[in-house]
Amino acid sequence: MTSEPEPRSEAPPPVLLTRHTYTSITDKIAGIVLREGTGRAWLIAFAVSLALFGLLAVAITTLLYVGIGIWGVNMPVAWGFAIVNFVWWIGIGHAGTLISAILHLLRQGWRQSINRFAEAMTIFAVMCAGVFPLLHLGRPQFFYWLLPYPNTMSLWPQFRSPLVWDVFAVATYFTISLVFWYVGLIPDLATLRDRSQSRIGRAVYGVFALGWRGSARHWQRYEIAYLLLAGLATPLVVSVHTVVSFDFSVAQLPGWHSTIFPPYFVAGAIYSGFAMVVVLTIPLRAAYGLGDIITERHLQNMAKIMLATGLVVTYGYAIEAFMAWYSDNPYERYVQWNRLLGPYGWAYWVTLVCNVGIPQILWLQRVRRSSVGLFAVSLVVLVGMWFERFVIVVESLHRDFLPSSWGIYWPTVWDFATFFGTFGLFLTFFMLFVRFVPMISIAEMRLLLEEKEEERAVS
Amino acid sequence: MSPHGRLWGVVAEFESPTRLLVAAHRVREAGYRQIDAHVPFPVEGLPEALGFGRTGIPFLVLCGALVGAAGGYFMEWYGMAIWYPLNVGGRPLNSWPMFIPITFELAVLVGGLTAFVGLILLNRLPMPYHPLFNVPRFARATQDRFFLSVESSDPRFERRRTAELLRDLGATEVSEVAR
Repeated sequence: MTSEPEPRSEAPPPVLLTRHTYTSITDKIAGIVLREGTGRAWLIAFAVSLALFGLLAVAITTLLYVGIGIWGVNMPVAWGFAIVNFVWWIGIGHAGTLISAILHLLRQGWRQSINRFAEAMTIFAVMCAGVFPLLHLGRPQFFYWLLPYPNTMSLWPQFRSPLVWDVFAVATYFTISLVFWYVGLIPDLATLRDRSQSRIGRAVYGVFALGWRGSARHWQRYEIAYLLLAGLATPLVVSVHTVVSFDFSVAQLPGWHSTIFPPYFVAGAIYSGFAMVVVLTIPLRAAYGLGDIITERHLQNMAKIMLATGLVVTYGYAIEAFMAWYSDNPYERYVQWNRLLGPYGWAYWVTLVCNVGIPQILWLQRVRRSSVGLFAVSLVVLVGMWFERFVIVVESLHRDFLPSSWGIYWPTVWDFATFFGTFGLFLTFFMLFVRFVPMISIAEMRLLLEEKEEERAVS
Repeated sequence: MSPHGRLWGVVAEFESPTRLLVAAHRVREAGYRQIDAHVPFPVEGLPEALGFGRTGIPFLVLCGALVGAAGGYFMEWYGMAIWYPLNVGGRPLNSWPMFIPITFELAVLVGGLTAFVGLILLNRLPMPYHPLFNVPRFARATQDRFFLSVESSDPRFERRRTAELLRDLGATEVSEVAR
C-alpha cells in the first residue's frame, strides 16, 4: 500500500492495487487454473449449469420430436420468444467486443484486466443466440439453405434480405470473436504449458500454444495482427446489431419501420452487455480473490458506460414516442398507445422502469462503488433489456394495420425451458473456461505492470 | 554441419526488460545479426533494437479484406443479376445498396482470417520443437524473465567470446543451446 495522503474522491482508483511483480502476477492468475483446481463452489456452480444445460437438451429434443407447435408462436406473432432471446443474447455479446477491440484502440489500460473473460462471454453469448434462429427455422436440418452453395435447384439465398445479412453478420461475428480471443490466449497458453506440473497439462496446453516461445519477432507480428483484428472487430460489432435492427426496421410494420433503430439497438446491446459483464465480474472477483486486479476502477468505469448507453436507449424510447406523434400516422400512434396501455402494457412499463428509471441511481458514486448495488442494478438492466426486445417483437406483430389480423401471443412452458436452458449452455461453457483457461490475460497484465513501473520511474 | 557442431547458439537471461533492451542494442552494435529475444510480453522498442524490419502483415490484411469485399460483391451481383435474375416491380437487378452489408461482413471475415493465418504462418507456428526448449530455465521466457539469443550460424559467433559479451552486458545466466 502507498503512504500517500488520503486520495481525493475525484481521483480514479488505480487499475492494479497490490504491488505485483511479473512473477507474482503470473503465479496468481496461472495458479487459479493450475493450483486451485476444482473447488467445491466450482463443482456446485458447474452442477447447476449442467442441470440447466440438460433442460435445454430436453427442450430441443422435444421441439425436434413434436415440432415448433410446442412453442407459443403462431400468426400473427410468428417471432415470439425465439427472436426476443436471439436479440437479447447477441446484444450481450457486444460488450465483450467493445472491451476487447474498441477500448484497445482507445488505449484504455483498464480493459486489460477484464478483456479475457468479457471476450469469452461474447463467444458463449453468440452461441446461445445462434440456437434460437436455427430452431425457429422450424426445419433446422435445412439451415444450410441460408448459405450460398451450389445446389441442384440453381437457387441463391435472397441477398437483398436483412435475414440473410444476419446470417453473414452473426457468422462473421462469431468467427472473428473466436479468432481474436484465441490470438490473445496463445501467449498465456504457453505460460500454462511451461508451468503445468502434469504431463497431460503440458501436452494439452502445449498443443494449443502452438509452440509459442515469446520470440521478439513473433511478438512484433502478434502486436500488429492483434491491433488489426481490433480495428476490424470495431466496425464489425457496430454492424452486427445494426443488421439485427434491420431485421425489424426494413419491414413496414408500425413500430419497426424507423431510422432510429440501428443506433438505438447498438447502444442497447452495449448497455445489456456491460450489465452482464458486471454480473459475471462481481462474483468471480469475490470467489477468486481478484480484488487487487479487478479493482473499483473497473466496476466504476463499467457503471459509467452503462449509464451513458442507458441514456442513449432512453433517447431511443423518447424519439420513438415523439415520432409516433409527429408523423401523424394513425398506425404509428396506435402502436405507441398500445405499448402504453394495451394488453402487453405492463411489459413496456417494466422496460421503462428497468432501463430508464432504476439505473439512474448510478449517478450516485455510493452505488457505483458498492458491489451489491452495482450487481443489483445490472440484473435489473438485463431484465429490462429482455423486456425491451419483447415489446419490440410482440407489440408490433400482434396488432398491425388490420384489426381482423390481430391476435395475442403467450409463451408456453417450452418457450421458458428453451430460454432458461440457454443459460445452462452459457454457464457450462463459462465455468469450463474459468476452470481451464486463465480468465485474465497474464501477458497483458505484465505489460500493465511494465507501464506502471515506467510511470513510477518518471515521477 | 556447421563449425559449431551440435551447438545451436547461446541464450542469455536478463531480469528486466530495460537490461534486455540495452543488451540487445549492444549485441547488434557488436555486429551480430542472427539474434532474437524471448520475452513474456511485447517490450516496446525491442524489434527496433534487434534491427527487425516491417512485418508485412498490414498489407496482407488489406489484400485479404479487399478480396473478401470484391468476392462478396461479385457473388451477390452474379447470383442476383446474372444467374437467377428476379424482376421485382422493375427494380434494378444490381441493387448495390442492398449488397453492401454482406460485402462489408465478408471484407471483415476474410481480412480477420488473413491476420490470423498470416500471424501463425509467418511465425512458422505451430512449431512443437525448438532448440531453445532444451534449456530448462527457458521456461521462464513465457513467465517473468527476458532472454536474448545469438545463433551459432552468425558469422561473428564464437562460443566463448559471445557468451562473455552477454555476461558483461548484465546477463544473470548464459546457457549454451544444443540443437
